[in-house]
Amino acid sequence: MKKTILSTLGAIGIAATLVGCGGAETQSSQSISISGSTSVTELMEVLGETFQGSHPDVVVEVQGTGSSAGIRAANDGTSQIGMSSRSVADGELSEGVKKITLAHDGIAVVVNNSNTVTNMTTDQISAIYKGEITNWNEVGGSDSPIVVVTRDPASGTRGAFEDIMSLKMKTEDGKKISAISASAQVAAGNGAVKTTVAQNNYAIGYISLGSVDNSLKALSVNGVEATPANISSGDYGVARPFELMFKSDDQSEASHAYLDWMLTDEAQQIVKEKGYISVI
Amino acid sequence: MTPNMRQVRIDKSFHSLFFLSALVSTFAVATIAIFIFIEGLPALQSVGVGNFVTGSSWNPPGYFGILPMISGSLLSTAGAIAIGVPMGLLTAVFLAEIAPERVAHTLRTAIELLAGIPSVIYGFFGLVVIVPLIEQVFNIPAGNTTLAGIIVLAIMILPTVITLSETSLRAVPHTYREGSLALGASQIFTIFKVIIPAARSGILTGVILGIARAIGETMAIIMVMGNAPMIAGLLEPSRTLTANIALEMSYASGLHANALYATGIVLFIFIMLLNSALLYLNRKKVSK
Repeated sequence: MKKTILSTLGAIGIAATLVGCGGAETQSSQSISISGSTSVTELMEVLGETFQGSHPDVVVEVQGTGSSAGIRAANDGTSQIGMSSRSVADGELSEGVKKITLAHDGIAVVVNNSNTVTNMTTDQISAIYKGEITNWNEVGGSDSPIVVVTRDPASGTRGAFEDIMSLKMKTEDGKKISAISASAQVAAGNGAVKTTVAQNNYAIGYISLGSVDNSLKALSVNGVEATPANISSGDYGVARPFELMFKSDDQSEASHAYLDWMLTDEAQQIVKEKGYISVI
Repeated sequence: MTPNMRQVRIDKSFHSLFFLSALVSTFAVATIAIFIFIEGLPALQSVGVGNFVTGSSWNPPGYFGILPMISGSLLSTAGAIAIGVPMGLLTAVFLAEIAPERVAHTLRTAIELLAGIPSVIYGFFGLVVIVPLIEQVFNIPAGNTTLAGIIVLAIMILPTVITLSETSLRAVPHTYREGSLALGASQIFTIFKVIIPAARSGILTGVILGIARAIGETMAIIMVMGNAPMIAGLLEPSRTLTANIALEMSYASGLHANALYATGIVLFIFIMLLNSALLYLNRKKVSK
């Protein structure tokens, strides 16, 4: 029995040593630490893997921590590059922190395939989400109730949607909070919104344009169809940039090379393949 | 070394192994408690315990009131217990007392299988079967309601309630049954007046564990209950304490994150109350 305990302890010891080595190894090679928006993370991981293919000595570490955390990480220098899935105001960045736009992502306002409504204005969408319009006949549809589907309060997609649709309000002490009605259904992620809207005849939701398929219908907003071309031209307004922030003075060689590479044809081709809108 | 000494040594090493295991388990509970309290206290201080627990508006970073989530958790759990416990208890009685052994064996295997299904599958089942059904039956625009959560939870607690109840029903000595039947009581009378009361503590354990499962369930609930943070109604969407944490934790930072840990504290206190209730009820039985 004692032997078993000893060997278990031994195993733990060896495991601990190995873990320690692993950590040290990562630090000694050229690593690029990236953190921020979970929406950008998916694209960044693919870009990172491709870049590592041609630069075997570089390790790209990507962590999805949310846009706000990404901006903070870039300002503090805890990550070399921060990611954000909403536009970052200059005031949010500290001295010496620059930003580039990696891609654009449209947010599609989606309804069930059986819905006869095909176009809405931003004011109408905003009123629906505030709970002021509750029946489809007020926006040109059939006489049926509207089931509003939204995302969780800290989601980047929800943040961008609230900014574009003027769905923000302020509390008495000046904190910005959401104006989306509390009775709206909250779905955990793009996929959950999609399933709910695809199944419910009366539902309206919003998802990343790349996630739209024929299980549901994307509405035109202010008469403009939600297509990559209309987003690139700026006609379709319900879109958001994927931005990267970095301290320009304090970047390693590998990180500089990576940032430059992301605006090349090769990288932007991946952006397109993943369903986002390239910036070149 | 003599065989006897060897025996003593093995005995001693096992003693320390058991002690160590007990220590690790207790340590784990203590660490979790300390951790959530440290992380959650800043929110409780900044919002105020009263405002936090009785506030009816949840809109971070402005308002942190979890009364809607408390009401959601209580209503969905109470509903699940109201449906699941009678059904589970009757099933257990059937399996232990009435069914022929062959039938009981088959059914028991099926019920045990129910316990092994991951909760995301229950959630998916709820989403594609129960939610549309509620829409049709009650003629409401969206079936993602507290009721959908109640039905899914009621099914999920069945294996716990049935297995524990059946085991304790079977543990009732045969002399009780024989005595009752010998006095001329019917089988049903014997079951409800003699066997179930005798198996009470085991059945209660099953019920309390069922409640704990219902209150702690997250994934399935997020999928079927609509998650709107408003005071729970049966045919309206509502959010539970666990769903609140799981939905928002991934992006939350600062006070918002602390408030989610504080939600965890409230949940922790709920579970502790449940366990105390179990201890109290079972002790009462013994002292009788």
